[in-house]
Amino acid sequence: MSSSPSKFLLALAPAFALVCGVSFAQSDKFPGIGRTATPAEVKAWDIDVRPDFKGLPPGRGTVAQGETLWEAKCAGCHGSFGESNEVFSPLTGGTTSEDIKTGHVARLLDPAFPGRTTLMKVSHVSTLWDYIHRAMPWTAPKSLSADEVYAVTAYLLSLADVLPPDGELSDKNIAQVQERLPNRNGKTWEHDLWPGHEFSKLSKPDVQGSNCMKNCAVEPKVASLLPDYAMNASGNLAQQQRLVGPQRGLDTAPKAKAAQAAAPAPKPATELLKQYACYACHQIDTKVVGPAFKDVAARYAGRDDRRDYFTHKIKSGSSGVWGSVPMPAQTVPDADLAAITSWLSEGAKP
Amino acid sequence: MPFDASLPGRLIRAPEHLLSREQLAAAPEARRGFLLKAFAAAGTGLAAGVARAQAAPEGDPNILQLPQHSLALGQPVALEGYGHPSKYEANLQRRQSPGLTQTRQASVSFAPLQGLFGIVTPSGLHFERHHQGWWDIDPSKHRLMINGSDEQMLKRPMVFTMDELMRLPSVSRFHFIECGANTGMEWGNVAVPTVQYTHGMLSCSEFTGVRLIDVLEMCGFDKKRAKFVLAEGADGSSMTRTVPMELIASGDVLLAYGQNGEMLRPENGYPLRLVVPGVQGVSWVKYLRRIEVGDMPYATKDEDVHYVDLMPDGQHRQYTSIQEVKSVVTTPSGGQMLLDQGFYSISGLAWSGRGRIKRVDVSVDGGQNWREAQLQTPVMDRCLTRFSLPWVWNGKPALVMSRATDETGQIQPTNAKLRTVRGKRSIYHNNSIQTWLVQESGEVKNVQLAQ
Repeated sequence: MSSSPSKFLLALAPAFALVCGVSFAQSDKFPGIGRTATPAEVKAWDIDVRPDFKGLPPGRGTVAQGETLWEAKCAGCHGSFGESNEVFSPLTGGTTSEDIKTGHVARLLDPAFPGRTTLMKVSHVSTLWDYIHRAMPWTAPKSLSADEVYAVTAYLLSLADVLPPDGELSDKNIAQVQERLPNRNGKTWEHDLWPGHEFSKLSKPDVQGSNCMKNCAVEPKVASLLPDYAMNASGNLAQQQRLVGPQRGLDTAPKAKAAQAAAPAPKPATELLKQYACYACHQIDTKVVGPAFKDVAARYAGRDDRRDYFTHKIKSGSSGVWGSVPMPAQTVPDADLAAITSWLSEGAKP
Repeated sequence: MPFDASLPGRLIRAPEHLLSREQLAAAPEARRGFLLKAFAAAGTGLAAGVARAQAAPEGDPNILQLPQHSLALGQPVALEGYGHPSKYEANLQRRQSPGLTQTRQASVSFAPLQGLFGIVTPSGLHFERHHQGWWDIDPSKHRLMINGSDEQMLKRPMVFTMDELMRLPSVSRFHFIECGANTGMEWGNVAVPTVQYTHGMLSCSEFTGVRLIDVLEMCGFDKKRAKFVLAEGADGSSMTRTVPMELIASGDVLLAYGQNGEMLRPENGYPLRLVVPGVQGVSWVKYLRRIEVGDMPYATKDEDVHYVDLMPDGQHRQYTSIQEVKSVVTTPSGGQMLLDQGFYSISGLAWSGRGRIKRVDVSVDGGQNWREAQLQTPVMDRCLTRFSLPWVWNGKPALVMSRATDETGQIQPTNAKLRTVRGKRSIYHNNSIQTWLVQESGEVKNVQLAQ
């Protein structure tokens, strides 16, 4: 089926090019390689949405619908208001109604402002729509319908007052909503780091080093170095260097005495679940991507070996027990794993 | 520090504060040469330099007493169908930087540059950057689609299997790949101890594949209107990035399936990834499933929210892609301990996304005086280049730096100079000069200079 339209197009193409003056590059150098994509195939994969909204499917979703979806599918990682910093950087915060007027997020000028949220940076609503559609939710990408993507995007935008609480986002109003995005004017193409000539460019690199060879700098002064206490923050460096050659790694392991003196108090399991990002997929009471911890605890409550079972499942990963989404193998130190499995064995109390 | 080079072996005393009570107690034994055994069991945190064996008066026991491997039968062939590095090399691993990310599926592992030779990164040590976890994809089911942003952009959209792509004429080219955020943690101040974490989002391989332009020409694209392409991955994130047609038309951009003589590793995009020489790694889309030919840039998530460079005026630079001229000394480098005074070959890597490396200068006095380093051949276009410079360490503190110049004449700047123009919050594209402080103890520290 696919070859006949291709023959037709091939036959038509030279005439088309002549009539319209279009210069097509085409090679028939490699016969037998590749075939014409069917319209259904292109439709299945051509999901990108451009800044001019080409590719955006029709649809609509309200802020209220989005809030419900958000709580069920997004809040586990991003927090109920997109504010969470536990799994990913915050999505919301740092924008003002003044920014909506200017299209420049003023806080980007403030070095003291902690972090940069997605809504402080993003300049196109199409970017949000495209990415949520192709890649979210985190463990079940591409599972949202077009209307659901509109709704979730509408809710996210409402958190920065781009849309009112009773607002709606649709293919009809998205261009107007774009005109309220806080950082819509916050990007520049004035630089020399693009490997083409499509954008206006600086004529030369903006930073150039010195080629001085003798008596160059003033007396060198160390302005910043890693404090001794931070030397082990990336692990013991002695274990990260080759054991033969011109040098060895520095032994940065804490001295044994100090380690014995200050054995830290064990963290509660719910803290550990946060630390190891278990909440990205599980919550205590409700099913998100994976089952609720309560449900896991209940199902195996009658098994004497449930602690060992949980340990095995967490360490090795699991699939097919609670649905089709597999849980990858998790790397959790034994002591913390023991705390988590004990907590699960005892009923997963919040 | 006195030493007698005429002795068959020398004991270098480690600084006392590095020695535990047990190690101090073991020292006399070490002098008799027995500590080598403990040293071989390495990775146990033994202080650097302790393990140098002093020979007994009649000579080195490693010579005088024949080892087991000289006296018995060794291992047979094909014990491992795919070989592994020596067990003594286990310290060289790609590693995460603790606290950098909170999930391991959207994270980075850094290549151990401190232990690599030459310019090629062993495929198993290639740095990793995943946006939504990696996959090992069945190549018989993988497809590449080429389509247009509208129906007039191509004569026909096409689909290719891996079998078909691998029938096409291939090229093999050596190129570096560097994450745009490499050295990003160091924009503000020193943040991490070793070159693995400061510069390890950098690797270099021989890539084999098909020129993208050959495949686009099979589809017949509108040469006047086609200015950009969108590359898209097949994984959950379906990573997308815009690439200029100008670069593709030059024949430089590859649809690659090979890496260092074998197929790509799954962590690096098996079975198909884009190779965009000189451009930051995020554009080298892995698990490549689709190329869309279009007439405007796409402002994808990784072009509008991430991989944008914040300037002091509050504007973000968008579509910053080229990795500018850069270099780093890997021997000696942060977190290491020099074993002794005397001769060393300072060695490191230089690269530029704009072309070949023309020269590298090295300073051991914090940038007051520089000497031109020797470039190891081959020196290739948009590829790592290894440089070296002989150095006799006199035991005094030294500030070791390298400064690369590429064939376009661009010279690597100091971080002070870079910050003057771009501020401290860009995150991306930090190509400043790295400084390592060699202390009198032999310890090497990551430092930044005021000037």
